[in-house]
Amino acid sequence: MSAFLIIQAFILLGLLVTAILVISFRDLLSAAIAFAAFSLLLALEFYLLQAPDVAIAEAGIGAGLTTAIFIIAIRGTNRYEEKE
Amino acid sequence: MQMTKIVRTTADLFYPFCLTFGLYVVLHGHLSPGGGFQGGAVMATGIALLLVSRHYADITRYIRKNAMSLCEAVGLLMFIVLGLSGLVLGGSFLQNHLAGSGSWLFGSTVGPGPDPGTLATSGTVALLNLAVGIEVFGGLSIILLYMLSGLEEDTP
Repeated sequence: MSAFLIIQAFILLGLLVTAILVISFRDLLSAAIAFAAFSLLLALEFYLLQAPDVAIAEAGIGAGLTTAIFIIAIRGTNRYEEKE
Repeated sequence: MQMTKIVRTTADLFYPFCLTFGLYVVLHGHLSPGGGFQGGAVMATGIALLLVSRHYADITRYIRKNAMSLCEAVGLLMFIVLGLSGLVLGGSFLQNHLAGSGSWLFGSTVGPGPDPGTLATSGTVALLNLAVGIEVFGGLSIILLYMLSGLEEDTP
């Protein structure tokens, strides 16, 4: 039980770190990859909370397709965020 | 902009496994977690790998908008036809008239007791999952294709 809680605490910490990385990166490609890592950790958390159905949907849509759409959008625009 | 050779080789290596695993999730939808939507999304991820790593002009030789549009239409039509076949053969819309009928197509009977069944015991549920999988695969792939076709890149 305690091992389960420790794993869950690490995953939630990772979610926090990757979410902060997403909004602090100036390089948009890095931000997209950090968002993919966030989705993957969220899918792992769903699996630990015994919702494997939601975990597969989150891993497929969040980590796979959304990242692909972001990367295609970055290819069409600028890679680096401009300074205000 | 074309990705580096490392990205292209990795995408070429991984997309058949993505498609196979997606088809596995679709076909085992009535036994294990997952189903039509999740499996279709996994299959579309395999297509997304190819689309992201190459030029649009390069990739449309293999993946066409028309084919994906056809996938979407065939999936929807298959779902409607299966539902209506339940109405005609079983009495109500989406009636599972194949389950336990002894037919060769997903019609095996389930033994007594707590038996989760096998691949062939689901009746029309597996076929409905397959229809949803084809539909989601076509729909998500065509979203990516339209997204990519809007880019103004120099052709190779």
